Amino acid sequence: MTSRRTVIKSLAAAVGAAAVPGAMRSAFAADPMKIGYVYVSPIGDAGWTYQHDLGRKQMESALAGKVVTKYVENVAEGADAERVIREFAASGNKLIFATSFGYMNYMERVARQFPKTVFMHATGYKMGKNMGIYNARFYEGRYLCGVIAGKMTKSNVLGYVAAFPIPEVLQGINAFVRGARSVNPKAEVRVIWVNSWYDPGKEREASTTLLSQGADIITHHTDSTAVVQTAEEKGKYAFGYHSDMSKYGPKAHLTATTHQWGDFYTRTAQSVLDGTWKPGSVWGGYKEGMIKLAPLNPVIPKDVVAMVTDLEAKLTAGSFHPFTGPVVDQDGKERLAAGQVMADDVLGKMDYFVEGVSSRLPKH
Amino acid sequence: MLLKLEARPEPSKLMAYLSPLLAVALTLIGGLMVFSALGTDPLEGFRVFFLNPVKDTYGISELLLKATPLMLCAVGLAVGFRANVWNIGAEGQYVMGAVAASGLALYFIDSESAMVLPAMVLAGAIGGALWAAIPAFLRTRFNANEILTSLMLVYIAQLAVSWLAHGPWKDPEGFNFPQTKMFADSALLPMLIEGTRLNFAFVIALGLLTVGYVFMQRSFLGFQMRVAGQADAAARYAGFSATRTIWIGMLAGGATAGIAGMAEVSGPMGQLTEHVSNNYGFAAIIVAFIGRLNPVGIFFGSLLMALLYLGGEQAQQYLNLPSSISKVFQGMLLFFLLGADVFIHYRLRLKGGK
Repeated sequence: MTSRRTVIKSLAAAVGAAAVPGAMRSAFAADPMKIGYVYVSPIGDAGWTYQHDLGRKQMESALAGKVVTKYVENVAEGADAERVIREFAASGNKLIFATSFGYMNYMERVARQFPKTVFMHATGYKMGKNMGIYNARFYEGRYLCGVIAGKMTKSNVLGYVAAFPIPEVLQGINAFVRGARSVNPKAEVRVIWVNSWYDPGKEREASTTLLSQGADIITHHTDSTAVVQTAEEKGKYAFGYHSDMSKYGPKAHLTATTHQWGDFYTRTAQSVLDGTWKPGSVWGGYKEGMIKLAPLNPVIPKDVVAMVTDLEAKLTAGSFHPFTGPVVDQDGKERLAAGQVMADDVLGKMDYFVEGVSSRLPKH
Repeated sequence: MLLKLEARPEPSKLMAYLSPLLAVALTLIGGLMVFSALGTDPLEGFRVFFLNPVKDTYGISELLLKATPLMLCAVGLAVGFRANVWNIGAEGQYVMGAVAASGLALYFIDSESAMVLPAMVLAGAIGGALWAAIPAFLRTRFNANEILTSLMLVYIAQLAVSWLAHGPWKDPEGFNFPQTKMFADSALLPMLIEGTRLNFAFVIALGLLTVGYVFMQRSFLGFQMRVAGQADAAARYAGFSATRTIWIGMLAGGATAGIAGMAEVSGPMGQLTEHVSNNYGFAAIIVAFIGRLNPVGIFFGSLLMALLYLGGEQAQQYLNLPSSISKVFQGMLLFFLLGADVFIHYRLRLKGGK
């Protein structure tokens, strides 16, 4: 909840500062502010990095003339990242976004060396005086996809291709199954781990396996379009992730949970321009406009569309949370009592499957 | 008039040394053409790509930091390559060296002893060497092709480190993210220049390049291995052990690659993650050949290769060029090198049109 307050606070501060032009750092500056982006993969034409780059472009046009942006793509999450981030800082970029978890420790080190530069790290947990973190509530979109899947499945078996059992991925799977079972208590979800964020070959294989096990709707928490493409070939349905993937499976693609970073990037850059930026943690969802569903496939029945529209309104208003108790894990243990809403820090440590997932988590 | 390739009576020594320089020159020319084709002023491109990364002390320190693992991996590989022992799996040996050293660092995380670091270097060398011992054993015992076995072991090593980072070695305070705890100061390599990341591993690399030079050029064992590489039958006739050659060739590559892996976790990373491998083990194969399997050449080859990585980053940052530009340069370099190497054994002759 702190995150939302932070956003609102900085917005309020931005409005306040605008009334006092003298306080604006760049009011008389002739040069636009330089902003650097560090991407973990090539931009490509769908996926995690693609969405961040859409956000970058949206921000650049929203603040045209006031900012210029540069990016480096395909930066490994190892020692190289520190050099790239440092080079951005040393060459006068006032705001730097690093868009993958593995950049955390490197960004933190550079942030300490450049106290006047603002550093923003996506999906991590370390903050500093000049370093903030941000992420999106991907699970909100997942819940909505689950509702559609629960209504549309004939076999009551749903398939999920996932990368690694970290909290963010488990939140998505659990939200998906909770959404499905909210409308169809017989629905079950099967999960196959591919142990990679991007491996089209393995993702395709996993999709085929899930379909042959009876799943008639599949989705994924990986970075390629292979799952949607496989569903299209086999005449089944799929949900995309990160981006609208409908062009990879016009018939199969029911919708997708898409990441919308543009407004957030614009707000952040504006607050740095105004000198009102403060470090904090932003975890935005429907309410902040950071999560959206891609256009719904016309095959989705009208009543289901109405349900989704209704839930979207509730998510935007903040009157509905996908993890509202009772939350029961797959072993029958109650994780959250009825009526309660799961706190962000508890969500951030999620390490179990809820009931309805028929696969087991890998044991270490 | 026709151009004709004609076999030289004996390989040209001059060309053997000239060929890498020729390859570099051709890569530069090719690079200027690539810059033009991408709509960038070629001279500006050249400046950003090759000069900007080393414009100050920090840049040079980064170049040496990036070159260090390449030097380490390549010098060990060269020992084997000279004897026709084809260890393609330095990447996996690098990972296992990092794993062994990290295991020690995590076990002694509360220790302030000065012995932790030397023990980690040793652990890295042993970890890498043990991983290389598997293909060496399979080759000497079952005559299994070490190119395949060493390469396959790379993937096993990568999965092993992924399992460790996601499983037993995961930082309990790390919100379930796949990474170990940060190492204690006693497990971090000391810096050579204040304010940079250039660490003691560079000195180790220089030392091992020297050791490699003495071993390969000046020792009888090194001579035996060279003979084994150039003339297998002659070596056997002279009573040089083929088995020993394979073992030394594989273990040397494994040990130095393992030290390189140790230097990465104990240097710029300060922890083990599944992203520890950065293709240094594969890039080092190119470096070893650009360097003519000679430690002096490997030193310069590593610097050049490191510059291509750094230049590629800067070309993106300042010229908006795509990230694949580094790979294009690496590819051109290897292509021109192999092309120029033809002229070690052949020469061009002009023939009148008769």
